[in-house]
Amino acid sequence: MTGYILKRLLSAIPVLLGISVIVFAIMALIPGDPATAILGSYATPENVEKLNRDLGLDQGFVARYFIWLGNMLQGDFGRSFALNRPVLDEVLDRFGATLILAGSSFLLCSLLGIAAGVVSAARQYGLADKAITFAVLLGISIPSFFLGMMMILIFAVQLRWFPVSGMWPIYGDRNLPVLLDHLAMPAFALSVVATGVIARLARSAMLEVLRQDFIRTARAKGVNERRVIWRHALRAAMVSIIPILGIQAGFVLSGAVYIEMVFQWPGVGRMLVDAILKRDILLVQGGVVFIAACYVMFNILVDVAQALLDPRIKT
Amino acid sequence: MTAFLKLLARNRLALAGLVMIGIVVLLALLTPLLPLADPDVTRTADRFKPPFSEGALLGTDHLGRDLLSRLLWGTRLSLAMGLAAAIIAATLGSAIGIIAGYFGGRTDNIIMRGVDMLMAFPYILLALAIVAALGPGLMNALIAVAAVNVPFFARNIRGITVGIAHKEFIDAARLAGMRDREIILGEVLPNVLPVIVIAMSTTVGWMILETAGLSFLGLGSQPPQADLGSMLGEARSALITNPHTSIVPGAMILIIVMGINLLGDGIRDALDPRLKSGALSRPMAATTVDRQGAVPAARTDSLLDITGLQTEFRVRDRQYKAVGGVDLHVKKGACLGIIGESGSGKSVTALSVMGLVASPPGVITGGAVHFDGKDIVGAPYEVLRALRGRRVAYIFQDPLATLHPLYRVGDQLIEAIQSHESVPRSAARARAIDLLKSVRIPNAESRIDSYPYEMSGGMRQRVGIAMALANDPDVIIADEPTTALDVTVQAQILSVLSDLRRERGLAIIFITHDFGVVGQLCDSVAVMYAGRIVEQGPTGAVLRNPQHPYTSRLIDCVPTLGGGQRKLAAIPGLPPVVDNLPAGCAFAARCDKAQADCRAGQIDLLATGPDRRVRCLFPENVTEHSI
Ligand code: SF4
Repeated sequence: MTGYILKRLLSAIPVLLGISVIVFAIMALIPGDPATAILGSYATPENVEKLNRDLGLDQGFVARYFIWLGNMLQGDFGRSFALNRPVLDEVLDRFGATLILAGSSFLLCSLLGIAAGVVSAARQYGLADKAITFAVLLGISIPSFFLGMMMILIFAVQLRWFPVSGMWPIYGDRNLPVLLDHLAMPAFALSVVATGVIARLARSAMLEVLRQDFIRTARAKGVNERRVIWRHALRAAMVSIIPILGIQAGFVLSGAVYIEMVFQWPGVGRMLVDAILKRDILLVQGGVVFIAACYVMFNILVDVAQALLDPRIKT
Repeated sequence: MTAFLKLLARNRLALAGLVMIGIVVLLALLTPLLPLADPDVTRTADRFKPPFSEGALLGTDHLGRDLLSRLLWGTRLSLAMGLAAAIIAATLGSAIGIIAGYFGGRTDNIIMRGVDMLMAFPYILLALAIVAALGPGLMNALIAVAAVNVPFFARNIRGITVGIAHKEFIDAARLAGMRDREIILGEVLPNVLPVIVIAMSTTVGWMILETAGLSFLGLGSQPPQADLGSMLGEARSALITNPHTSIVPGAMILIIVMGINLLGDGIRDALDPRLKSGALSRPMAATTVDRQGAVPAARTDSLLDITGLQTEFRVRDRQYKAVGGVDLHVKKGACLGIIGESGSGKSVTALSVMGLVASPPGVITGGAVHFDGKDIVGAPYEVLRALRGRRVAYIFQDPLATLHPLYRVGDQLIEAIQSHESVPRSAARARAIDLLKSVRIPNAESRIDSYPYEMSGGMRQRVGIAMALANDPDVIIADEPTTALDVTVQAQILSVLSDLRRERGLAIIFITHDFGVVGQLCDSVAVMYAGRIVEQGPTGAVLRNPQHPYTSRLIDCVPTLGGGQRKLAAIPGLPPVVDNLPAGCAFAARCDKAQADCRAGQIDLLATGPDRRVRCLFPENVTEHSI
């Protein structure tokens, strides 16, 4: 298994490089002189000259890329002029909040989605199946930011069950119950679309598996039906569900942008939107590369989980 | 195409989606003609008028602008943006996909690498990066959303193109000297176009949502122009005080996206042939029972007594009578062979015993199965479950498919034991090892931790047998357990089974299409054809003197030693489809001796001697025992 993990880590290198090339190429779309664009209102002649020197902006395209890549590998993602601090510091500060939000959302959508899909398949065409199918349709059709706003209206303003927004109260303790109280609504709002997508896929994967011969064998052995569904069938269905979980993780991670805006969550997504509006290009660039790299790493975890589940995968 | 439209129309949800979208699109198209207030005129005196106020049906927003007018203009813009993004993404993506798929080789490789890289991005992030570079704005948001959807089209269309690029008509066009560009535009494109359109129809909803999302973040349409997303974004600050300004645009996005999704699902379902055939339904825990008429009593005091069993498959409005009234019984320690071609109903008969016929579509419609004196057809699930594996165990064909691929064989054995008995795991494991030894698996102690895919076919089938033996059952029903195996392994498995039968006094029902196997193992045999028994008797007698013409044909199919695979094709013709059986003898179409009488009416299974019965008007070899 260690060998397999190493192999997957190695194979992530070209993907990471590819990502850096893509981000770099996108940033090269910026119209006009790059130094002026990056500095914005700070574009004094000295600053422009210094930046040109640091980032090699006066050199060719390829050289510029390698300077940028070299800097990043040394942990230097550049400096945000609007915030006047290193990009990486800012991203890392914000990343924790995003990770908490996206991570709990991911957990939620995986558990709910799979459970809904399994129940739906086990009761195919029954009442539960119809109810779930309808809920799923609603879930994948509602924009998460609108859902978030409606939840604030209902559960925070009307019912007063949860705080309206933010990650921590302005005054008071910062402990786990307080965090969960603030996290509940945004995490749920963020997970809804992914839950729907996972539930759909889990349902069809389960239906596919339930028709297999080994399910009949389990029944012929006298294994009780609950175990047939939740162990035998689900385990086999997980082989096709896990890759979808990987894709949905990407949706949750990047969809956090909307939810962070709606719920004033102090994460990377909100930072990115602010940075885009302020034309703080180096901050955007660094943030995007960082999140994309995290996602690539997460997908390695997904592959490892798949290999652990399915002994037929050569490790 | 018309069939497809009909199917779509039959899907009520898809129709609802179509209506929803139709109304919204119509409204959007008519917007300039409607008598609406100017959407951008601000009237600070009229701020936040509630819905249904005088002169403002949906109220006004924070600048006193008429919400209805803004909603319709915003819808128009959002739809246009989504559609434009879809068209751009589809055009570029399909072009890339067609080029990659058509030229193949290096071109394909390089392009698809790039596509994979793009897909490695969480794609909202990619859209953000593009907007960051180009700057916020309606057009830039449109470009960003289109760009991030290009890889999706490229990958899908490439797949289709690869399939087409190797068809004869493409080769013919090449030979005719057509240039690549002509072939792509003239031959490939028309063939992939429907796929492109369908892919577009299923993604346009996403694109509307995504452009709205960017506008919501303030990165798309800029004031005063507003699409639904930016309306929602602007309304956010007044969410708590004046929720209607948020609900109006939000609900519209929901309606649009839901309508598109409904329609898209309908299209997908209509195109999926598996849905039509019902192949997507999952079998339930036990076969449905829908018995008409009286429940027959047991005819014998045998351990297992099947009387007048009828099982059919209901697919749509057709009924396939897989088992059309079968009587069989097996005593303790006896071995009964059931033989017939595939489709003869022999497996369905065997599976009906413990309610294991896949249902839907299977339904037991008549007869009784008495086990140990009690009728178990339609017994409560828990009664059946307690019998399954405990007293009546099954061995199936092809253990690679019938053993769970992701569990170790030991765990599957232990589970079989623990399903009926609460024994600690260690004890169950020890018993599992003994079981593996009893079916002569070498190194049972280490093999127990293997996965099925790590074993040979013969070893896997031994595991299958061991699993059937796990709870010391009274009856084993073996459904073609040796068919997938080669001859030597087959012989070994048969000898394992016959030893076990002698040692444990097992009753065995052995299902096969091979008379050679029956001859080695079974005391008596029943020959099935088209869901019914056509001949029955002691194995030796039937083999020596087959009375039904079908039986003698089957016996002729047994290969001589070293003759390779038995060939049922030696019998000309195919068994009849059991949804529409001919009147009279089902075998008549393939029988040399068929007379007019044979096709006239029901032919009964009649006794022709002690323990012998045949369903034929002109049986062969009926000698002094005949009645
Ligand atoms: S009943 Fe007639 S057709 Fe049928 S098997 Fe006998 S001889 Fe042939």
